Amino acid sequence: MKRLDGDRTGAPLIGLRGIVKRFGSMVANNRIDLDIRAGEIHALLGENGAGKSTLVKIIDGLLQPTEGMILWQGREVVLNSPEDAAALGIGMVSQHFSLFDNLTVAENIAVALPPNESLAGLDARIAAIGARYGLALEPSRPVWSLTAGERQRIEIVRALLREPRLLILDEPTSVLTPQEAERLFVTLKALAASGCALLYITHRLEEVRQLCDKATVLRLGRVVGSCSPREESVQRLAALMVGSEIEDIRPVAAHTPGPVRMQLTGLNLPPADPHGVALRDLSLGLRAGEILGIAGVAGNGQSELFAALSGERVVADAGAVVIDGVPVGRHGIDRRRRCNAAFVPEERNGHGAVPRMTLSENVVLSRHATGGVVQRGLVDLEAAKAVADEIVTAFDVRRGRNDPLACILSGGNLQKFVVGREILREPGVLVVNQPTWGVDAGASLTIRQALIGLAARGAAVLVISQDLDEIFAISDRIVVIHGGELSEPVSARTATREAIGLLMASGKGQPHAA
Amino acid sequence: MRLELVPRADPGARARALAPLFALLAAVLIGGVIVALMGRSPLAAFHVYFVQPLTQGWALQEIAVKATPLLIIAIGLSFCYRANLWNIGAEGQFIIGALVGSILPLVTHGTGAGAWVVPAAIVMGIVGGMLFALIPAGLRVAFGVSEILTSLMLVYVAELTLDYLVRGPWRDPKGFNFPQTVSFDATLPYLVDGGRLHAGILLAPLVAVAAWFVLKHTLFGFGVRVAGEAPKAARFAGFRPNRLVLSAFAISGGLAGLAGILEVLGQIGQLKPGISPGYGFTAITVAFLGRLSPVGMIFGALVMALTVIGGENAQIALKLPLDLTRVFQGVLLMCVLAADALVTYEVRFVSEARA
Repeated sequence: MKRLDGDRTGAPLIGLRGIVKRFGSMVANNRIDLDIRAGEIHALLGENGAGKSTLVKIIDGLLQPTEGMILWQGREVVLNSPEDAAALGIGMVSQHFSLFDNLTVAENIAVALPPNESLAGLDARIAAIGARYGLALEPSRPVWSLTAGERQRIEIVRALLREPRLLILDEPTSVLTPQEAERLFVTLKALAASGCALLYITHRLEEVRQLCDKATVLRLGRVVGSCSPREESVQRLAALMVGSEIEDIRPVAAHTPGPVRMQLTGLNLPPADPHGVALRDLSLGLRAGEILGIAGVAGNGQSELFAALSGERVVADAGAVVIDGVPVGRHGIDRRRRCNAAFVPEERNGHGAVPRMTLSENVVLSRHATGGVVQRGLVDLEAAKAVADEIVTAFDVRRGRNDPLACILSGGNLQKFVVGREILREPGVLVVNQPTWGVDAGASLTIRQALIGLAARGAAVLVISQDLDEIFAISDRIVVIHGGELSEPVSARTATREAIGLLMASGKGQPHAA
Repeated sequence: MRLELVPRADPGARARALAPLFALLAAVLIGGVIVALMGRSPLAAFHVYFVQPLTQGWALQEIAVKATPLLIIAIGLSFCYRANLWNIGAEGQFIIGALVGSILPLVTHGTGAGAWVVPAAIVMGIVGGMLFALIPAGLRVAFGVSEILTSLMLVYVAELTLDYLVRGPWRDPKGFNFPQTVSFDATLPYLVDGGRLHAGILLAPLVAVAAWFVLKHTLFGFGVRVAGEAPKAARFAGFRPNRLVLSAFAISGGLAGLAGILEVLGQIGQLKPGISPGYGFTAITVAFLGRLSPVGMIFGALVMALTVIGGENAQIALKLPLDLTRVFQGVLLMCVLAADALVTYEVRFVSEARA
C-alpha cells in the first residue's frame, strides 16, 4: 500500500462540497460537506433514514449527486460507477455480504477481482494481506462453513487486494460478536496506520468513541454536527443523532415471574434448506410476567426458532411446545394463536405484513383466526379497519392518508403497526423476532416500552434479538442461541456483556462440533 | 452496456389501469406492420378485424359465443395466477371436462332420458376438469414438480385421449367413419331463434360475479391474494400453501371443464377432435389483458373473441391466413406482459465493464 503522508498536510483525500441528492420530491442528502484525510478513521453517524447510505453510494459511484461536487486530493472528479471509484482507490465493504455460499474463500475473492488481473499466486496474496492486518482466512474453505466474522474478512480482503486509499465500511459490526468486533478494530487501526482512510458508518456510539478520530453526524439528510468523538460523551453523540436527549426506558419494578406459560421440551427441528441451522434439543420455560431475551449472532438458528415457536413449521412431537398447558407442537400458527399466543416475525415487509395491501387487510393477515374480522368465511373489512385505526392511535403510527398500503409507511411506523397489531390482542404469550431492527430511536422506544408493559400485565414475552443493547435493556433473563442450541438462562441483572459475548461466539463454552 | 429493471416506488393506479390499453394499441400497430409486410393494406385489415364484426348482428352473437369459454377459463386461471401458480394446461382441462361431461349424453342417447341429463353432464364436466387439474397440483405438492411443465404436457394427453375416443370406442357407427360421436339429444337451448346464442352464455357473467365476490370478500380469496403477493406472509397468516395449490388448481380446472362441456352441449352438440380452437391458451392472454380482475377479464374476453371473428373475416375478405390471428394474439400477450413490466419497473441502461 502506498504511503500518503504528503497528503496529510495538504488537501484532504476526499472532499464533498454541497452534495444534494433528490429522489423525486424527497431530499435524501441536503448540502453535505465532508472532508476525509488519509490515515483517518472517520465515523458517519446517523439514525436509519438519516441519509448515510445515500451519501455512501454517492462516494462509491453507485448514485450520482443532483448537485455539488466531489474533490479527490483537491481535484474535482465525477464518479459514474463503482468502477470509476475503484480506479481512484475507493473500496467498499457493505453491510450485506455478496458471497457465493458454495464457492471457496479464494474463488469468492477471485470473482471480485478486475477482469484482467492474474489469478496466479492469489492464495499467497490472500495470506500476505491476512498476516499484515490480522485477517486469518483459509483460502480453500467453502464459504457456507464460515462464521459471519470470517465472511466479513473475505469482503475486507477483497477490497484490500485492490489497494484502496479510502475504504468504506457500512455497519461492519452488526453481525459480529463483541469479540469479533474487537478483532476487526485491531485490523482497522492497522489499516489506518498504513495510511488508508476509513469511512466508518454506524449508529453504535461506543464503537465510534473507541475507534474513530473524527465523526460527522447526519440527521434528516443534513450534517448536524462534526466532532472528535473521544472528547464527547455517548449521551451527547446520541442527542446529536436523534435531535433531542433520548428518553431512557422506564424499567419495571423488580417482580417475581409467575407460572410457566410456554414450555419447550427437547425441541428438535431439521434445517429447511442445505445451509440452514438445525435446532437441537431445546428446552426452555417462559414465565408469565417476564421478558426472556434470546441473544445470538445472526444465522445461528434464530429464524428456525421463530418458525418452531410460531408454528410456521410444526414438529412431530406435540409435547415439544406447550402453551398454557396445551401441547401445540403439531399445531399450525392459527391454532397456536387461538391458544392466545401472538407472533412478530423479523422481516416486516413480506412476512409480518404484505407491502401491497392496506393496513386493514394486514390486520386480517394475523387476526383472522382469533375472531372479530372474519365471520363465516367472509372478511369484515369494516371491522378490520376499526382495528387498524385502534392500532394506529395506540401506537402513534404516522400513516398519512387513511388506510394506506403498508408499503407507504416508513420502516419504524410499519414496525409499530405490526407489533401493535399483536400486542393490542393482549396475548398471553408473545414471541418477537428482532422487534426494532432497522427502526428509528423513537419507534424503538415505543416498541420496547410496549413489550415491557405487556409483560407487566402478566404475559410471557420472548424477544429474539441480535442487538445486545436491546437484550440488556428489556430482558429479565437472557439465553444465548448458538449453532441451533440454547444456553442456560442467566439473569439479566447479573450477566455481563463479556460473558454473553463469549456464549454468542462459542455456544456453551465448549468447542462446537460443526 | 446492459439493461437493468429497477422497481418503481409507486407505479400509481392510473398507470396500472391504462397499461392494457397501451398494450392493445402497441399490438395493433405491430399487427399493422406485419400485415403491411404481407403486402396488404393495414387500414383495410384493421377495418375487417376490429370494426366490421361490431357492425353485424351475427358477428356480435358470435363474439358472445366465443367470449364465453374464454372468460370462464380465464377467471379460473386468475385464481392460479394470483397465487403465483402457473397453470398453462387449461386447454387440457377444457377437453377433459368436455369429455367427462359427454359420458352421460352418450350413454343416455336415444333412451329419451329427461331434462336432468344436461345439468348432470355440466356437473360431471366440472368434476372432470377439476380432477385433471389436480394431477399437476398433486405432483407439485407431493414431489415439488414444476406445475408449468406438467400442466402443459397434460394438454397433449387430453388431446390424444379425445382423439382416440372419437376414432375408437365412442365413434358414431352411422357417421360415415368420421371421427366424431353421435349428435347428442341433450343440448343447451338457444336463446334466440335462428341464432347461435346458447343458454351457457348466461353462466359466464355469473361466474365473473362469483369470482369477484370470492376474491374480494372471502377469507379464501384473501388467502389466494396474500399467497401471490407474499408467500412468507401467507405462511405467517396460517394459510397452508399445499391446500392453496390444490384449491386454486381445482377451481381453475373446474371452470375450464365447465367451459368445455358448455361448448359441447351448447355449440357443437357432439364430441370430435378440435372442439377447442385453442381456447385454453387464448384465455391466458385474456387473464393478463384483464389484469386478473373479473371485470377486466370480461373486456379481455370480448377483445380476444373479436380478434377471432375478425381473423375469420380477414381470411375471407383479404385472404389473410388464420395463423395471422394467432400471431396477433401472441403479440398482444407479449405487449401486455411488457406493459406490466414497464409499469412496475423502470428500465435503465447501465454501462459496465463486466457482468
